[in-house]
Amino acid sequence: MPGQAAELVFDKATKRYEGREGDAVQDLSLTVPAGEICVLVGPSGGGKTTALKMVNRLIAMSSGDIRIDGTSINDQDVVQLRRGIGYVIQQVGLFPHMTIEANIGTVPRLYGRPRSWIRTRSAELLELVGLDQSYAKRYPSQLSGGERQRVGLARAIAGNPPIMLMDEPFGAIDPIVRERLQDAFLDLQNEVRKTVVFVTHDIDEAIKLGDRIAILRTGGRLVQYDTPRAVLESPADDFVAEFVGRDRALKALALRTISELELGPAADGPRVAKTSTVRDALSLAIEKRAHVLAVTDGETVVGSVTRDQLTS
Amino acid sequence: MTVAGGPVIPNFGTGSSCEVNNGWFCTDWVREHWGDTLQPALFQHIELVAIAVGIGFVVAVALALAGFRYRLLDPPIGVFSDFLYTIPSLALFQILIPFTGISVTTVEIALVSYTLLILYRNMSVGLRAVPAEVVEAARGAGYTRMQTFVHVEAPLALPAILTGLRVATVSTVSIATIAPFVIAKGLGQPIYDALGQDVFKTEIFTAGGMVIALALVLDGLLVAVQRMLTPWVRV
Repeated sequence: MPGQAAELVFDKATKRYEGREGDAVQDLSLTVPAGEICVLVGPSGGGKTTALKMVNRLIAMSSGDIRIDGTSINDQDVVQLRRGIGYVIQQVGLFPHMTIEANIGTVPRLYGRPRSWIRTRSAELLELVGLDQSYAKRYPSQLSGGERQRVGLARAIAGNPPIMLMDEPFGAIDPIVRERLQDAFLDLQNEVRKTVVFVTHDIDEAIKLGDRIAILRTGGRLVQYDTPRAVLESPADDFVAEFVGRDRALKALALRTISELELGPAADGPRVAKTSTVRDALSLAIEKRAHVLAVTDGETVVGSVTRDQLTS
Repeated sequence: MTVAGGPVIPNFGTGSSCEVNNGWFCTDWVREHWGDTLQPALFQHIELVAIAVGIGFVVAVALALAGFRYRLLDPPIGVFSDFLYTIPSLALFQILIPFTGISVTTVEIALVSYTLLILYRNMSVGLRAVPAEVVEAARGAGYTRMQTFVHVEAPLALPAILTGLRVATVSTVSIATIAPFVIAKGLGQPIYDALGQDVFKTEIFTAGGMVIALALVLDGLLVAVQRMLTPWVRV
């Protein structure tokens, strides 16, 4: 089975549909470094999903190239290519007639792994995605939407693919569970370090999850490919500025944690953990009408920040 | 084939008073004729049904595979099986006898053609009802087209296929009682024999009851098979 993360390169990748005007994806060129999460974001009709599906050749490219660690996807056997790419979709698509364990074992089974190996691997993955071992013998219909997508995630990484494609995986899940799944996904990514292409139309999700964000606009044109902070602080044009929202300055605050600031001496005030975001700290300061916050590390106060520091 | 207006009591000896008076249900008649009439008729009936459903299933699978692989074929196959189903059985016998004669083959051809509609429709609908996202997930995970069919599409169509098999079996048990119009086989024969100017009640009730019982038993067996093969459906 494949192993570590790979570099993914889109090189003028283009998709045109017969009899339809304009391109679905136009000359898309970007590089996703190994082990990073690249979020494709944009309005519908922006070609995000098309771009994603070109990678595992569920949609055939019209022109251009996509390379994984330097090898063109068109030079590989399509079945082998797909086995090396984890694929997670919004509707999850678990196999209803297979137990959770068998679902997770999909790709290892294709690689001819023995049953005992699959059982161990599936137990390991259930734990990794935060599900109890008792789920192994259940069927998908017995799980909630959020639990199903956790299994979908486990199934996608079971074959240890260097690349993961995620097509609005949390789009159909209610906001509270979605946030938990996003956190679970980030924890997972910290552990497995895959190269991930993640499609969403939710800019907040893009900011939260992406190491880099690619903003596509109608006609499948890439307008900006940057870190979340750069996208928020210096949008490439009015389209991006509008897309990220008028509160982009506030959103940017969510990207920094208190520990990145220069702390003042320990002081009295409402307490905030040094791991919390600047945005959350500011919200607390406003709520408590406080000008100084006490910064804590566990139970101990390790310093302070002022409201001015938070907003500058 | 016995002509109406024959003796009131078929398969008889002298008979008990119950039989002579054509009572509602004469147990002594049933006991006496179980071995020479009823049991053979039951076994013949099971054979007629098993062959018809067996052949019908194989033919329907072949047609369903063709219709699934080549979508253009699905509507004509569907219309053809509809058409077969609408031909009255007696008319079909008349059409077939010049070719296949007074034989089991004639009966089986008719029975098979009636199973096709039910079996084919259920297979076709079952295969098409497999959710698109499940197929996409399979393709995305690197299943070949064949693997997707064998491991995903076919098993997911199984509940519908088995439901079709149940309906086809039960209806064939019932339809097979017309076999005596061609050959003296199956539970239709004692039913037919019981018909006269005065219907012989014991025989018609017993044979009719056996048809119903056989249908229920076979249906029950197939339900058990269904539960065993599709454990995910009931959870």
